[in-house]
Amino acid sequence: MTFELDATLAARGFEVSLSLGPAETIAILGPNGAGKSTLLSIISGLLRPDSGKAVLGGRVLFDLAADKNIWRAPHTRGTALLAQEALLFPHLSALDNVAFGPRSAGASSAAARETGMHWLTEVDAGDLASRRPGQLSGGQAQRVAVARALAANPELLLLDEPMAALDIHAAPLLRRLLKRVLAGRRAIIITHDILDALMLADRVIVLEDGRISEAGPTRDVLEKPRSRFAAGLAGLNLVAGTVSDAGVTTDQGMVVAGHHDGTVAPGQDGVAVFPPSAVSVFLTEEHGSPRNSFPVRITDLEPHGDQIRVHAGGLSADITPAASADLGLTPGMTVYFVIKAAAIAIYPA
Amino acid sequence: MNRRSGTGYTGIPPWIYAIAAAGAVFVLLPLVAMVAKVNWPQFIPLITSESSLTALGLSLRTSAASTAACIVLGVPLALVLARSPFPGQRLLRAFVLLPLVLPPVVGGIALLYTFGRQGLLGRSLELAGIQIAFSTTAVVLAQTFVALPFLVVSLEGALRTAGNKYEAVAATLGARPSTVLRRVTIPLVLPGLASGAVLSFARSLGEFGATLTFAGSLQGVTRTLPLEIYLQRETDADAAVALSLLLVAVAVAVVGLSYRRPRVEAAPEGVFR
Amino acid sequence: MSTPRKLATALLVAGVLTAALAGCASGAPGATGTASTGGETPKLSRTITVFAAASLKSTFTQLASDFEAKHPGTKITLNFAGSSDLVTQITQGAPADVFASADAENMDKLTDAKLTHGAPANFATNVLEIAVPPSNPASISTFADLARPGVKVVVCAPQVPCGTATETVENATGTTLAPVSEESSVTDVLGKVTSGEADAGLVYVTDVKTAGDKVKGIPFAESDQAVNTYPIAAVGTSKNKELAAAFIATVTGSEGKKVLSDAGFGTP
Repeated sequence: MTFELDATLAARGFEVSLSLGPAETIAILGPNGAGKSTLLSIISGLLRPDSGKAVLGGRVLFDLAADKNIWRAPHTRGTALLAQEALLFPHLSALDNVAFGPRSAGASSAAARETGMHWLTEVDAGDLASRRPGQLSGGQAQRVAVARALAANPELLLLDEPMAALDIHAAPLLRRLLKRVLAGRRAIIITHDILDALMLADRVIVLEDGRISEAGPTRDVLEKPRSRFAAGLAGLNLVAGTVSDAGVTTDQGMVVAGHHDGTVAPGQDGVAVFPPSAVSVFLTEEHGSPRNSFPVRITDLEPHGDQIRVHAGGLSADITPAASADLGLTPGMTVYFVIKAAAIAIYPA
Repeated sequence: MNRRSGTGYTGIPPWIYAIAAAGAVFVLLPLVAMVAKVNWPQFIPLITSESSLTALGLSLRTSAASTAACIVLGVPLALVLARSPFPGQRLLRAFVLLPLVLPPVVGGIALLYTFGRQGLLGRSLELAGIQIAFSTTAVVLAQTFVALPFLVVSLEGALRTAGNKYEAVAATLGARPSTVLRRVTIPLVLPGLASGAVLSFARSLGEFGATLTFAGSLQGVTRTLPLEIYLQRETDADAAVALSLLLVAVAVAVVGLSYRRPRVEAAPEGVFR
Repeated sequence: MSTPRKLATALLVAGVLTAALAGCASGAPGATGTASTGGETPKLSRTITVFAAASLKSTFTQLASDFEAKHPGTKITLNFAGSSDLVTQITQGAPADVFASADAENMDKLTDAKLTHGAPANFATNVLEIAVPPSNPASISTFADLARPGVKVVVCAPQVPCGTATETVENATGTTLAPVSEESSVTDVLGKVTSGEADAGLVYVTDVKTAGDKVKGIPFAESDQAVNTYPIAAVGTSKNKELAAAFIATVTGSEGKKVLSDAGFGTP
């Protein structure tokens, strides 16, 4: 009983296929405009793709093959949506909001309210039952919205950055709540936050320019990112190119020396990945044992924990504030990033 | 500059107040002039005469009926115009809004050729035993014709402002389209619907030209308050002025008591754009 | 600048603007009244404005153009409306030189206000006639037929002259009509008949004639119970009483009689 999706939408350059087990949660990561919301709209039936097919637990959600042309309306799909904003119906109480799904499914008013109360309690919002949405804080409203989505008993729960609009105090609370309620459920969660992926998802999918650029178990993707975006999320530097005996050669002819893990052969596409802490910054070119030394122009400096993160040439380096002061670093300066080959992991892209 | 405490920066240059005041005077002065012309000792007898009360009662009844008709016809029209794009939508909107700019007498003539005895539908209706000409139904038709755009414009604006994000959520929660309409859309735009209905009622109350052309003028059947005023003016200017004031008072009461600015909802990010 | 002062300034400006608007409105009639200073010819010249009852539209338009042709250099501006509207306009200061009313009552209003110059002269009469659609769907042939059940009759409301005449005929003949509509003008009655909405309407003979073949006229003997008389008079405030008198003479003279009787009017 899996969820299978295959969809293309040319107008948005969207082409995705994915599948999901019965109790699996996947996180969709990706830059703005990558097609993450398009994906949820297509699954929930709010947007019609050009072609493709989706099956949820044996039911065809849509099949746009020329001889089939099946398109289920959103209300018959069993794919409840939870958005950045709670979007609670402002004219209904919290309880009636949560009871909306069961009521729409044909439950009696009393039964629907009973179900609603159950889910409100489940999200620790039982005491908010009689409140109007206008009287709830952002975090409370989002909790009620979670209860409302769950009360509709969806076969697939779709979450579109549910934490994005919450303040830093409310977000952790909701994240813990979602961890609890998503256990044993099938869900797709769009997020910008690597913490969501780590805590809530079994797998991550990185979406870039409407296509899946990377997919796999969360831990693997974070440890061995293959896309620049995933590397950025994991806080790692990533250089993509062609594997050679020495390391990885980029399209621009830059050679990054590192150690192969034995799974990659010369001539293959590969990536060189290294943490910013492995990068040293020099004002002049260093000759000596470290074999990687690249001239780069500083674009930005920012505090990062107790370090200073230096952004230059698409890479980043973490150095101490004292070192930064000694070197007199400012944006626009040309410096040398030096990395020991032993700190660089090279694996297939 | 001294300002009353608790008031913020308005961004309105001072000379704007002068022109705004001129505008207000322009609207209010004729009303003041009319009030000044009222024969006060006779005011109560004039507005409580049998013909006046009959006309007022007829006006209120027909306006209520036409407002109901506007809601029945206007809500679907506004939904279609606001929600589902289709070819010819702009053209349809232009035609629906036409009565706003059309002289009412033109509306009356058009209705006559539609529902009149010799009209497009009138002949079939007469065969079915339904006679519209010279009946109270004709008054309601005329009023609905001129008042419908007010409801449609007001509601379409409210629907567009509210957006369809709540409807989308409701659908993914399993609500069929009719349920979404009844439990989400209509409650959300209720303020806009209410103000549209009030405007329609007020427009119906003031309707004159189309009624005169299409429905005729008979006490208790088709002679609404504006028609009564027009007729009284021929012989009894005092009665006409007194009734005019009564009509103004009713209109001000209806509009003033129930017209509210439509609520504005902000549009969120994400899937529901 | 304090708020009260600002408000005062605003009101002052508003007042000035309003006064300016009012000035425009009242300035216009004065201008037309005094503007004509150009070339005085030996014969009658200059312009007069004639306010005439709506039912006189075709006859007075013809009489005016005949008059202008006969007296080169003269210009007659015509303004047609309901008699009571015209009286109201004249008493409010509208620039009329001649007033031709469709009934004595409205002329009386003007004489009572001392706004006429010289005694009004009766120049035409008009009687009611039944107007029916050309096919005469209800087969009307007499006044009594109008009282038959099921006949849709439209009449003038008692508040207007044609309605008064209708009531007089009803009383004289002992017939009570149950009209489906009581309109406030003859035009509206005629409109209901020409559009086929009504089976019959009571209008003036001249209205039937003007409507041509769009309606059929059915004269009835009882109409002489309510003969409507049209008086004409110069307006007291006229700046050109000489020309006004000349035009009135044309209307009341043989030429006027011919045009009026061709249109269906009677002689007083």
